[in-house]
Amino acid sequence: MSKVIKVEGRAVPVEGNDIDTDRIIPARYLKEITFTNMGKYPFYDERFDAEGRPKGHPFDLPQFQGASLLFVNQNFGCGSSREHAPQSLMRWGVRAIVGESFAEIFAGNCTMLGIPTVTVGRAEMEGLQALVKERPTTAFTLDLEKKLLLSGGKEHLKIEVHESKRNALINGTWDSTGLLLANGDKTAEVAKRLPYVAGF
Amino acid sequence: MAKGTLYNKVWNAHVVEKLPTGQYQLFIGLHLIHEVTSPQAFDMVTEKGLKVAYPERTFATVDHIVPTQSQARPFQDGEAEQMMGAIERNVRKFGIQFFDFGSGSQGIVHIIGPENGLTQPGMTIACGDSHTSTHGAFGTLAFGIGTTQVRDVLATQCLAMDALKVRRINVTGRLKPGVTAKDVTLFIIQKLGVKGGIGYAYEYGGEVFDAMTMEERMTVCNMAIEGGARVGYVNPDQVTFDYLKGRKYSPSEEKWDKVVAYWGSFASGPDAQYDDVVEFKGEDIEPIVTWGITPDQSVGVNDRLPAVGKFSDDEVKTVELAYRHMDLKPGEPIKGTPIDVAFIGSCTNGRLSDLREAAKVAKGRKVSPKVRAFVVPGSQQVKVAAEKEGLDKVFREAGFEWREAGCSMCLAMNPDKLKGREISASSSNRNFIGRQGSKDGRTMLMSPAMVAAAAIEGKVTDAREFMK
Repeated sequence: MSKVIKVEGRAVPVEGNDIDTDRIIPARYLKEITFTNMGKYPFYDERFDAEGRPKGHPFDLPQFQGASLLFVNQNFGCGSSREHAPQSLMRWGVRAIVGESFAEIFAGNCTMLGIPTVTVGRAEMEGLQALVKERPTTAFTLDLEKKLLLSGGKEHLKIEVHESKRNALINGTWDSTGLLLANGDKTAEVAKRLPYVAGF
Repeated sequence: MAKGTLYNKVWNAHVVEKLPTGQYQLFIGLHLIHEVTSPQAFDMVTEKGLKVAYPERTFATVDHIVPTQSQARPFQDGEAEQMMGAIERNVRKFGIQFFDFGSGSQGIVHIIGPENGLTQPGMTIACGDSHTSTHGAFGTLAFGIGTTQVRDVLATQCLAMDALKVRRINVTGRLKPGVTAKDVTLFIIQKLGVKGGIGYAYEYGGEVFDAMTMEERMTVCNMAIEGGARVGYVNPDQVTFDYLKGRKYSPSEEKWDKVVAYWGSFASGPDAQYDDVVEFKGEDIEPIVTWGITPDQSVGVNDRLPAVGKFSDDEVKTVELAYRHMDLKPGEPIKGTPIDVAFIGSCTNGRLSDLREAAKVAKGRKVSPKVRAFVVPGSQQVKVAAEKEGLDKVFREAGFEWREAGCSMCLAMNPDKLKGREISASSSNRNFIGRQGSKDGRTMLMSPAMVAAAAIEGKVTDAREFMK
């Protein structure tokens, strides 16, 4: 599993608080039994009209194609636990999300996929979103080790990141199965100790 | 950090190890799965050459995609049929107990766990569904998880978790007649906001919760996640123990005293310390209706819609979007808002007591000819019990459709959907844009009795007028 220490690239802004996972990926696409096609669907109903024509959502604007950072506001990813939401963003090209705050389950799902979710203050995010709208070619580097977001190679912005998520990402242990399996014997001990597991 | 709370006690009893990341490895006592968020998890287990570590601790059902007109196979929707086939193959291959249509126990995953006695105090519970918080009503820590985490639970019976803070929410005094658990949970979300619970587990307590039935407590805990809290719970008490007695997977009679002592030991002690405490008065709560696109955008049924200027800078944009989407205006009364569809059901309000409350309103009345109204029992067992009481007849005679068990129009993954700009009165849990199957559709959340009243009048109505 790869270490996620730095994420570099251009950014795409999606503005608004409380953008829920139903908006990120409508439930009808959850009927597919693999994640393979999810990259086609992020924000589908906000991007396309009834005839499937793009409505000018940032995900369809030419200047944001190929972006790898996503800039969002408060409580991004609230609602349903559907991992299809981060899967769809990742398969579209998102490698890291910078926001004002994230819903708990969504942020956990992102970490499981190796996608950092890091936060900055409201004024900082408004500044970042304004910057990428004005100069979409701006190159960013999210540095998890130094907890900094560098824009245009010089501007430094301090970011907040949950410490255990940061550790998991920079040490390459974000896919937790290996860590959990390694403690199989201890798991069995806990199971043995819990009265309800043995039927009291 | 909190100390001596149920949260701490259950957590400590299930910690396997502190991981090098700083997270904790937590043993999961009960794992519930359904057809939508599990197929990729089983594929990952197979691809990694792993096994299901504790197959006897996972239970499966089907709820999200199932049609509610008829459960006959094959489903008309080919994708739904394929999804059904996937869970059938996986439970066979991995030896997992499956509550399928023929079992008599199929239903919404958060309804069948409790009604079969699988959900018990002091457990850790996980399910690939955000409304897993429902099970907290029994004094459990119940986590909604994503599919990759479902894989982890299948492969290891554990999750890598960060500890939460604990907020105690006291609701004192008594509820006024005609005010329900749904109103309590919508009220708390209105006051604390949809982001207020991020990073917290909510412990609900006080006289109002002490007086609630288990089904009412489940309704409140169900919507903890709508307030941003991944976990919500009520301390176990005699009401909890009485509910569990004699259920299919409950411990046997001869062990009962010992088991009850064990369950009770998890309750937060008198010396428990919380990271935050808030208090509300039961008397202040009215029947509540949501008017917007997040579950905290709500008013009392006799109130007017709030002015945009009443909201903080952080909220204004969402509020403006909500008014545009809903086509409602500040200053208007919510009462009298016309509806097209009435939906009674979901993991929030699809249990027997919910159907009883709605039936009381529907009895001897007729659904407005403008309204498409339907009732979806939360499980096959709820359906059978309701029919035994004749609730199906009450609903049918009033003009409601009476359906088979499933999630239905809460998230509209089956054929039950809003069309175009239709607006619903819904007993479910989310009023998000597009949630009920039409990207332009609109949702007003309320209690089952309020939905029934709206169905009859064809517009938002104070259900208490029908209870006199």
